[in-house]
This record gives sequence, C-alpha cells and structure tokens, in this order.
Amino acid sequence: MTAFFFFPIAIVVLISASLVIFFRNPVHSALSLLLTFFSLAGLYILLNAQFVAAIQVIVYAGAIMVLFLFVIMLLNLDKVKKERERHPLQKAFGILIASLLLVVLGSVIASGILYGTKGIYTVEKVAAIGNTKAIAGLLFTDWILPFEITSILLLAAIVGAIVLSKKEL
Amino acid sequence: MPIDYIPILAFLIFALMFAVGTIAMSSIVGTKKTTPEKMMPYECGVDPIGSARRRFPVKFFIIAVLFIIFDIEAVFLYPWAVIFKDLKVFGFIEMGIFILILFVGLIYAWKKGALEWE
Repeated sequence: MTAFFFFPIAIVVLISASLVIFFRNPVHSALSLLLTFFSLAGLYILLNAQFVAAIQVIVYAGAIMVLFLFVIMLLNLDKVKKERERHPLQKAFGILIASLLLVVLGSVIASGILYGTKGIYTVEKVAAIGNTKAIAGLLFTDWILPFEITSILLLAAIVGAIVLSKKEL
Repeated sequence: MPIDYIPILAFLIFALMFAVGTIAMSSIVGTKKTTPEKMMPYECGVDPIGSARRRFPVKFFIIAVLFIIFDIEAVFLYPWAVIFKDLKVFGFIEMGIFILILFVGLIYAWKKGALEWE
C-alpha cells in the first residue's frame, strides 16, 4: 500500500530535483523546485509525519520559494547570461569530482544499510499521540532553549534584511 | 494516517489533469491563426513596455523577508496551540518571550520605515 504511493512520488521527486539543475531558464528551475517541495511533502505524509509535511508546504513551498523568486527578480539575468564565461577545464573537473563522490557514496552503500539507534518515539507511538502533539511536547519542554534562540535568529534576519536593503537607516 | 490524505492527492491529480487537459484541448480543437496582437503578452489591454526580465526595486525584498519571518513565527504557534492546555502558564510565558523578541524586530522594522512604501 505504502509502496504503491511511495515509488511514483519518489520518481517525481528525483525527476523534478534533476530538472532544477538541468533547466537553463532559472524560472523553470524555480517551478521545478516547487514541484520537488510538494512531492517531498507527500513522502513525509507516507512517513506519518503530517506536521513536517505541512511545514514543508508552508515554509519551503511558501516562504523559501519567495526568496528564490526574489533572487531571480533582483538579479538582471539576461545580463548575467551574456557575461558568463566557461572555464576550459570546467567539464573535466566536474566529471572528476562527480566520480569521486560516486566512489564515496558507492562504498557507503556497498557496506550495507546503516541503521541509527532507535529513539523512544517509535512509529506506533507517534501515530497514537499524533505527529504535531509529539513534536510540540518535546519542543516546548525539553528543547525550550533552542526554541527561544530561534526567535533571536529570526530577529537577526529582520535586522539584517533592513540594514542591507535600506538606503539610509 | 496517510490514507486520510488521498482526497488531497486526488484533488492535486484532478487539478493537474484539468490544467493539462484544457491546454491540450485548445491546441487540438482551436484554430491557429496568429496575428502580432494575439502573440503579445496579455497585460490587461495595455501595450507592454520593455521586457519583464528587469530588476525589481529592493523594497519588495524587505516585505518578502518580513513575511517569511512572521510566517515561521506562525508555524511555531501551531504546535504550541495543540498542547497549550497541557503546558499551562509555563507555555504561555515561553511563547510570550518568543513573541516579545520577534515583536522587538517588528518595532525595529516599523521605526526604520521598512513598512513604508516610499
């Protein structure tokens, strides 16, 4: 049942993620990335992580995507395209590094599937109390300090954006 | 349960099929007589001036970043609301501190005129 949905969604994820790189037009890449975010949300739902799936859509497909679109809008891309030069050895280095990465990843995969130590929150337990409640129960009690620090991180983002983009402070 | 999300999947597939279907049907059934006016980008009847691929003012960027930050704040409020009753006063105070820190940011943005559309 899960496999019936997993494989089509996983194929969409892989194809759309590759297209992000292969499209020449940055707007097409951005749209492809949007499809990747949405299909990843589907994978999270299959993992019984509904809250993470909702966050994936709200934060990634909603907010992070806005940032990508702004980078596309703020840069003058027609000009960038003309000025872009290709290094003669660019392709050779790319192939070299990609094959090295293949060796590293291949040796890890060949050594067998790695399992981490299991925590107390098993799939059954999370399903019983609900994904959102399980996350909230930990975030607002055991992980209160990282949660409060997040607000300082967001505050720094506000100040940084204003300092960088305002002409006169 | 993942099974509860099948209506959403069905909705997405139907929306995709409708979009692809209407475009495919119009290209199969419709006549293809092009005039320069027809091939112009549709701008609500106004003739387009210049290319759309141009640089946008940075003031859009500030609004977008502020949106992202308060969007993430809202994301934190949602799980908090789910267990608000269990946390009692402790939960109220911790979220109060969180919102207060972000409120300082909002005041800063306001005072610096980041919300003004000059």
